Amino acid sequence: MAVETSEMTGVEIVDLASTPLRELNRRLHGLADGAPGPRRWRVLNPNGAHAVGCGLDADIDVEIEGHVGYYCAGMNKLATVRVHGNAGPGLAENLMSGTVIVEGSASQSAGATGRGGLLVVYGDASARCGISMKGIDIVVRGSVGHLSAFMAQTGCLVVGGDVGEALGDSIYEACLYVRGEVAGLGADCVEKGLEDEHVAELARLLERAGFDDLDPRDFRRYGSARQLYNFKIDNAGAY
Amino acid sequence: MLETERMRSHDGAWQPGLRESYLFDRNVIAEIQRASREGIYDIRGFGAKRRVPHFDDLLFLGASVSRYPLEGYRERCGTDVVLGTRFAKKPLELKIPVTIAGMSFGALSAPAKEALGRGASEVGTSTTTGDGGMTEEERRHSTTLVYQVLPSRYGMNPDDLRRGDAIEVVVGQGAKPGGGGMLLGHKISDRVAAMRNLPKGIDQRSACRHPDWTGPDDLEIKIHELREITDWEKPIFVKVGATRTYYDVQLAVKAGADAIVVDGMQGGTAATQDVFIEHVGIPTLPATRLAVDALEELGMHRQVQLIISGGIRTGADVAKALALGADAVSIGTAALIAMGDNSPEYDEQYRKIGSSAGFYDDWQAGRDPAGISTQDDELAARFDPVLGGRKIANYLRVLTLEAQTLARACGKSHLHNLEPEDLVALTVESAAMARVPLAGTNWIPGA
Repeated sequence: MAVETSEMTGVEIVDLASTPLRELNRRLHGLADGAPGPRRWRVLNPNGAHAVGCGLDADIDVEIEGHVGYYCAGMNKLATVRVHGNAGPGLAENLMSGTVIVEGSASQSAGATGRGGLLVVYGDASARCGISMKGIDIVVRGSVGHLSAFMAQTGCLVVGGDVGEALGDSIYEACLYVRGEVAGLGADCVEKGLEDEHVAELARLLERAGFDDLDPRDFRRYGSARQLYNFKIDNAGAY
Repeated sequence: MLETERMRSHDGAWQPGLRESYLFDRNVIAEIQRASREGIYDIRGFGAKRRVPHFDDLLFLGASVSRYPLEGYRERCGTDVVLGTRFAKKPLELKIPVTIAGMSFGALSAPAKEALGRGASEVGTSTTTGDGGMTEEERRHSTTLVYQVLPSRYGMNPDDLRRGDAIEVVVGQGAKPGGGGMLLGHKISDRVAAMRNLPKGIDQRSACRHPDWTGPDDLEIKIHELREITDWEKPIFVKVGATRTYYDVQLAVKAGADAIVVDGMQGGTAATQDVFIEHVGIPTLPATRLAVDALEELGMHRQVQLIISGGIRTGADVAKALALGADAVSIGTAALIAMGDNSPEYDEQYRKIGSSAGFYDDWQAGRDPAGISTQDDELAARFDPVLGGRKIANYLRVLTLEAQTLARACGKSHLHNLEPEDLVALTVESAAMARVPLAGTNWIPGA
């Protein structure tokens, strides 16, 4: 059995070079509903594996030592998952609660449809970051790609770098903060004023992400013009 | 009766010398006039209304000297089916091969969703959630509930994913393959809005693409994630609207589906542009044949189960779909009608909103007098979920009995023993599409 326990540190260590992913996820799922078991985990040699630590439902810490593939921490509840590497597409998709931190960069659709919790990316995120977000907060230190926050419903997307084309296309009530350049806004997405309440909200998000060296007043705020909320034929050219 | 007399009896406006254009008939003229007046395309519910080749164009060859029938009221004809046997630890075991298709809470009222669960459970089959998530009523009243994963991910959460008995990844639906959806603002009640994380009263678009995967290779990884989250217990279906069915089915198999749902163009919708409903997709009949071809070529027929939907109305439709190689069928529009949609009981009220019993298709409008396709509390309260459930159960029983009757006549002791050899076609088109011989010949066009 490749699962080891370090009684000295209290950290459960799972080496994916010798332990099947299924075994790791099965053990992590077994901690749901307050079931007894290790609360701190280290995952070694992920080597780009998909679905690492998805479907967690326990207040635990999971440290992943390397790069992960698709859907790492997908649908996570309660857990804190930290990736010491890069993450593939669909990182923390449909995040419910808890925190997911990627110390490298993330591929497309990071935080897609997330409903709560916090996603932090130290590097860049790719296209469709925060697509259809429904309450998640996403803080990206670097830049994000095109169609980020597409049809974003609620929650905040904070981008410390630049943003690609069509930011916030068909956005609903989500709030977008960008520090760098925006290549273009999508349909119904407009720049809005940065008031004190937004500065305060942004400061809280940056602090939670560990980026309190960034000045919230350097950001600009974007949101919905709310012109496309109900279909009108006169808006046909905007779609 | 002479043609002129027949027309007069049907339409008092006709007089000798008045000739209606085939190309510009009264419906076409009315639609041009409506479009020029309103400046917006027609959005409606229901499914395709044009005539397309369908199961009606096939006939069974009952047993005679060369075949041996089963006694209709004595000898057993099995109806059970197991869906999701490929990978899932807990496949669905259903008593009949007729399931209830996905329809959303939002499009339908909560009591209507409850009735679908009650009826399906009574006869041992499954019902399905829809865009908007799972309601407590439908979970409580559905013994076997399929949980849909749709592009919008409205109402999506891992708890309901695990509470479902199977998972259906919806790529498309027959009424609008390649299209997203729109739940118009007047159907967005407080409860619907809360489940979808959006303000009340605004139009809620459902995306046409999934947010976190973009092609068949991605889909394989997405299915893997869903299996991991649910610890490989649940069968995973992939639902496609019928278009390039042969390739879509093969790609879904490659992606790891346990079962595939193919929804033909006659499949219903709660709200779609009329031009989309009538002009995109292929009929259920050729889609069934193509899906079976795809599975057979891969050696996966009966390993990956095939569920056919889109215009299933009678036990004959059920039996013919199964004879062509489907493992089960799904009903949507027919289920709503069984519960009371388009009932003559409400004809006066249908007329007040510009329709009539037998024609009502404004399911998008939320003013359904039957209380089914509405979120209006007063209208929804008219619908009795217990009675509605009983009607669904009755209807499902009739479909099953009818299918058994036809199967016994063909000498089959189980519905799944029906086969293409039991069928002939009435038209050249249906013979080519279903790849069964034109009746009275051994000719299969294109074979």
